[in-house]
Amino acid sequence: MIKEQHRAEKKAKRRGEIVRTALKLFAEKGFYATTIPEMARDLKMSVGNLYNYFSSKEILAQEIIREISAYLGARIREVNEAELSVREKIRRIVTIYFETARDEPEMIDFFLRVYLSNREVFHEGCEGMICVNEFVTEIMIFFDDGVASGALKNQDFFSAFGLFMGYLGGMVFLNGENILPRALEEYVDDISENIYNALKVS
Amino acid sequence: MRLLWLSALACNGNAHALLNYPHFEEWQEDFEWLYHPLLPSTHAFVEVEEGIEGVEILIVDGTLEEGLVKNRLVYNELLARYAAEAKCIVTVGTCATFGGIFAQGGEGRSGLHFSKERRHGRFDDFWEKTVSLPGCPVQPEVLAGTLSMLRLGEPLPLDALHRPKYFYAYTVHDGCTRNEYFEYKIDEHRFGALEGCMFYEHGCQGTFTHGSCNKILWNGVHSKTRAGTPCMGCTEPDFPRETLWRTSKHMGIPARMPLGVPRRAYLSLAGIAKAFRIERFERPMMEDERG
Repeated sequence: MIKEQHRAEKKAKRRGEIVRTALKLFAEKGFYATTIPEMARDLKMSVGNLYNYFSSKEILAQEIIREISAYLGARIREVNEAELSVREKIRRIVTIYFETARDEPEMIDFFLRVYLSNREVFHEGCEGMICVNEFVTEIMIFFDDGVASGALKNQDFFSAFGLFMGYLGGMVFLNGENILPRALEEYVDDISENIYNALKVS
Repeated sequence: MRLLWLSALACNGNAHALLNYPHFEEWQEDFEWLYHPLLPSTHAFVEVEEGIEGVEILIVDGTLEEGLVKNRLVYNELLARYAAEAKCIVTVGTCATFGGIFAQGGEGRSGLHFSKERRHGRFDDFWEKTVSLPGCPVQPEVLAGTLSMLRLGEPLPLDALHRPKYFYAYTVHDGCTRNEYFEYKIDEHRFGALEGCMFYEHGCQGTFTHGSCNKILWNGVHSKTRAGTPCMGCTEPDFPRETLWRTSKHMGIPARMPLGVPRRAYLSLAGIAKAFRIERFERPMMEDERG
């Protein structure tokens, strides 16, 4: 029993290492330029053994986006469950997004450069927003609470979602291209205020 | 068993619904109407005001109003007199139970124990012996069935609002023929059509309304949702709500969740279900699957 448990733990740990390594390579080189043998080499494991964990590069990429979504979703959930004004919640969400871009840049790079750019990889298994469900659900809850409290304007979900997330994604992209004159976190105040002004009840 | 039916501000919908009970003729042989506004009765209303004996079940119909006089006496005083004598009180319909539609039209109006979901306490002495049968109107099987069970002395488990669980533990969603569309989040954009779920756009309240409309069909054949119109939540304390034909939403998210379903769980499931395009639901069911 203990042996089995030990084996399962070891396997889960190894699985985590594969995801992290793949994430790094995908974010750096893109989906198609990254190969399974390259990952196996970085992980010091055989190609065959790697396939025991993930049967294809596509499935591995889908697992990565699910993990990123769960990571961001869990952090936004904390904001949703806190007793804060809508204005402050927006600020926290912007901060989370930019902190993630700074501390875990591969995550946001993967999201922008693989998930959004190589849609064909995600067609089967990640239909619609299935693989980013945890993240999107928390944004929905944020909007729902905001409208229910009378702070946010009631409008089409995607109009608001696009404004919020498109803006943040765009800023991170500009930052990644070294175009921004200031550090990303220095934009938090202005951007949060802009988003609040755009979404609030007029 | 002797019944006294008193109507306050009522449209007689509950009485008319009862007349459509398919077994009405046999059923009523076990009962005596001491007084009913529409049915042959032992007494006239003036005699009821003067005072009659032997009331076993008092049936309260219609919205109560402070100071309302039906003939000679203040109705609420008449009600209280017979309520004290009766073994059991049954509020029929949403008006008598929660205030309903007529409570919208004037001051001092309520149900016997409730103003919407709030207990007002004016008839608290009778709360323990009251059974609530909301509905606009109440389903005839629910009224006839409850009275028969009371007559037979059968146990009648009640929920917190004193509605019999046999009929109100379910939601109108139970038995809805549109459930497949609900599962895959497909709305129906044409009223009167027989397919599509009306929860997402068209105001259907079936998923959070207590009732047996889709288990015990009206006139044995239909329910609102089966006929192609949304459930309007007529058994609930907040009936009638506004915008009955349109789903209230917050940025596309239904403002009310299905009964007892946590919002986060609902949104996660909805997100997954919406991702699939089920071709079978994209065209009328009667159309051949091969096109």
